Amino acid sequence: MPSLLNPSRPPVFCPGCSHERSLHALDRAFQQLGLHARDVVIVTDIGCSGLFDVFFATHAFHGLHGRALTYATGIKLARPHAKVVVVMGDGGVGIGGAHLLAACRRNLDLTLLVLNNFNFGMTGGQYSCTTPQEARVGSGFLNTLEPPVDVCRIVAAAGAPFVVRRSVYSPDLPDKFAQALSYPGFAVVDVWGGCPGRYMKANPLSPKDVDALVQRAGLWDGPVAGNERAEYGAAYAGRLGAAAPAWDWKGQEARFRAALSGRHGTVFLGAAGERVLSAGHLWAMTAVQAGLHVTQKNDYNITVMRGPSIAEVLVASEPIDYPGIEQPHAVAALAREGVERAAEMWRDLTRETLVIQGADVPVPDHGGRTVVVDFKKAGIGRKDRAVASLGILACLSGIFRIEDLVETAASILPPSQRDATAGLLRAGALLVSA
Amino acid sequence: MGLTFMDGNEAVVKGAVYAGCRFFAGYPITPASTILSGMLEALPPLGGIVLQGEDEIASIGCCLGASMAGLKAMTATSGPGISLYSENISFAVGSEIPLVIVNVMRQGPSTGAATRGADGDVQFMRWGHSGGLPVVVLAPTCAADCFTMTVHAFNLAESLRCPVFVASSKEIGMTRETVDLEAVEKPVPIERTAHGEGPYLPFAAGPDGVPPFLPMGGPVPVRQTSSMHGPDGYITTNPAVMQAMVERLKAKVESRIDSFSFYEWDAQDGARTALVTYGVTARSARAAVSRLRAQGRPVSLLVLKTLFPVPEKVIRSAAERVERLLVVEANLGQYVHEVARVACPTPTRFFGLMCGRMIRPDEILREVIRAESS
Repeated sequence: MPSLLNPSRPPVFCPGCSHERSLHALDRAFQQLGLHARDVVIVTDIGCSGLFDVFFATHAFHGLHGRALTYATGIKLARPHAKVVVVMGDGGVGIGGAHLLAACRRNLDLTLLVLNNFNFGMTGGQYSCTTPQEARVGSGFLNTLEPPVDVCRIVAAAGAPFVVRRSVYSPDLPDKFAQALSYPGFAVVDVWGGCPGRYMKANPLSPKDVDALVQRAGLWDGPVAGNERAEYGAAYAGRLGAAAPAWDWKGQEARFRAALSGRHGTVFLGAAGERVLSAGHLWAMTAVQAGLHVTQKNDYNITVMRGPSIAEVLVASEPIDYPGIEQPHAVAALAREGVERAAEMWRDLTRETLVIQGADVPVPDHGGRTVVVDFKKAGIGRKDRAVASLGILACLSGIFRIEDLVETAASILPPSQRDATAGLLRAGALLVSA
Repeated sequence: MGLTFMDGNEAVVKGAVYAGCRFFAGYPITPASTILSGMLEALPPLGGIVLQGEDEIASIGCCLGASMAGLKAMTATSGPGISLYSENISFAVGSEIPLVIVNVMRQGPSTGAATRGADGDVQFMRWGHSGGLPVVVLAPTCAADCFTMTVHAFNLAESLRCPVFVASSKEIGMTRETVDLEAVEKPVPIERTAHGEGPYLPFAAGPDGVPPFLPMGGPVPVRQTSSMHGPDGYITTNPAVMQAMVERLKAKVESRIDSFSFYEWDAQDGARTALVTYGVTARSARAAVSRLRAQGRPVSLLVLKTLFPVPEKVIRSAAERVERLLVVEANLGQYVHEVARVACPTPTRFFGLMCGRMIRPDEILREVIRAESS
């Protein structure tokens, strides 16, 4: 097979740069595997390693520092048959650490070449995450305070199933690249070499020195015991369907009528675990099934099992412009937490507002009409009082019949909850109709 | 007429699927998380891919890769995530990568109030990326708009080859409301223009300023780079080529603003004031306008659904019909600067709150009366 190097952009690196050896080794690996330019996507980021995409005639994607693996992930998932090769430096490993760990864990069929030359060559030879502590680099003493990382140990610990470490002078480098390219999963090759333009000026490194450093750090040869597993793209493909989108624009036709002209806003003030949002949803869906316009806003703490739980449901015979409740027509005070969260609301209430107040729920002074309900005495537990309050609300507001709520519950709730919900709705109604 | 009960985030998901989106990557963040979960429910059965990235940077990065490989791509986040998107937004701008970014805004700055709404990112979406070149920002007011604006966003991203924002907010994204889906405007989905015959220069554009597309990984090798490049996709430092490139990137987005200036202009004869607003605040303004008119006070209302590029003709023609504009925003005054610049010499006043709740109709009503009596 012919070379995939770019005839219109011959490689230009500093004399003696190890990247040029990696470049030709990669080209030989492509040739070994019989790949065409159209088969290969080379993804690079910032640094001298980022020149690679220009020097090949393949697809080329050059992006921001450390992010090459993220672009490659999108490309590979969209084009499963492309041979996607990511080329980064040790700089990219450092800034893109989270992406490297994620790629190892995900095991998408990408090949990552880390061209590890122990410094940021392009910006002045500053230290990177692989710079030895004894090296003299462009970051003053800073590198002496931080030990370098071992790329191979990190990626293996993160789950990479195929890991190679080689000196750029290793005669089997093209073969190792070819093995990595052929491996059906995330394959990492950590290639050590020198940067003559920056690093090697103060830290002489002969080919023998590099070989010795790699020997000391340890060769890695490919498959990592215990890390080999299903490739991500293939596993994902097993979860994909091939359906065409199905569109149902029809929505819910009105099934019954509501006695409402204008707007009616209810604020349910409860606590986590009391099914306040579900009760609000049932009230809202009953309105939907009555052909009304509805908005529902919920408010709860990030600790979803503790704290206030508030539902604001606005139902209206006309389309709703402002989706807030300025002056509630009804407030259900079901728990102290919700009442306290809505502290600002109380002072503005007027006779227009019906307040359904749990007997054990203190509320601030207000101007609304209060109906005190002793849920405890009626045998209605904490998690049931929000639903029961709907029965009360339906009865006192006259907007819906209890049977409309029961019918809505039957259409939106799982069968196991229907009877209990219907019982609570009726029990609520009984509390105030008596 | 039947109604569907859905929130703005669900409507975004529906709009995206309708527009042909087949790749989504996002990172969980309130109040945008339900777009991620909704897309995860919607796309895989259709053969589409959904990823939860290891962070926001990865999420948008995956989208850029997938988009360049030929899929319509979307991501969704809130203010803190937009901050992390920034470097890749500038990549999408400069390297002409179609992408829809949904920003379900929450009250900021910084981590702010995760469960409270605001429109504090309006200028951030326009300017929060290096280089200062234009993007498109569309602003829905309700769930129905979320559907339509998301479809428009895909159409613009694909036809202009640029990132397009859908500027939603917690108050729209997480408020459920009844929507008549049969009546909702459904723009016809547009595909990006493919390169035809002859050698392919990835950034050579015709008279419309938008380069034809070929996918990464397809039969013709394609070059893509975040670095300043010429039509051939190779890095350049030639001043003439660079200037031509950035001018084209600006012109292709701004020159066609008349074809995507989405707005509602509710004019009333005799109105001395026109309210100018967007987002969920537009709904407070509509209520305020009804009340003012009921009191016998004529007032006009301009609701902008295209924020950037600034629809200058629309704003100017509203300004010419009144004595003053009153811009109302859920922030401390951002878009008002665009309106004032365009409306000059018509005086422009501002009213805004960013206190974690919606601006109330009566607050707007009072501001109109105050403006007219001063």
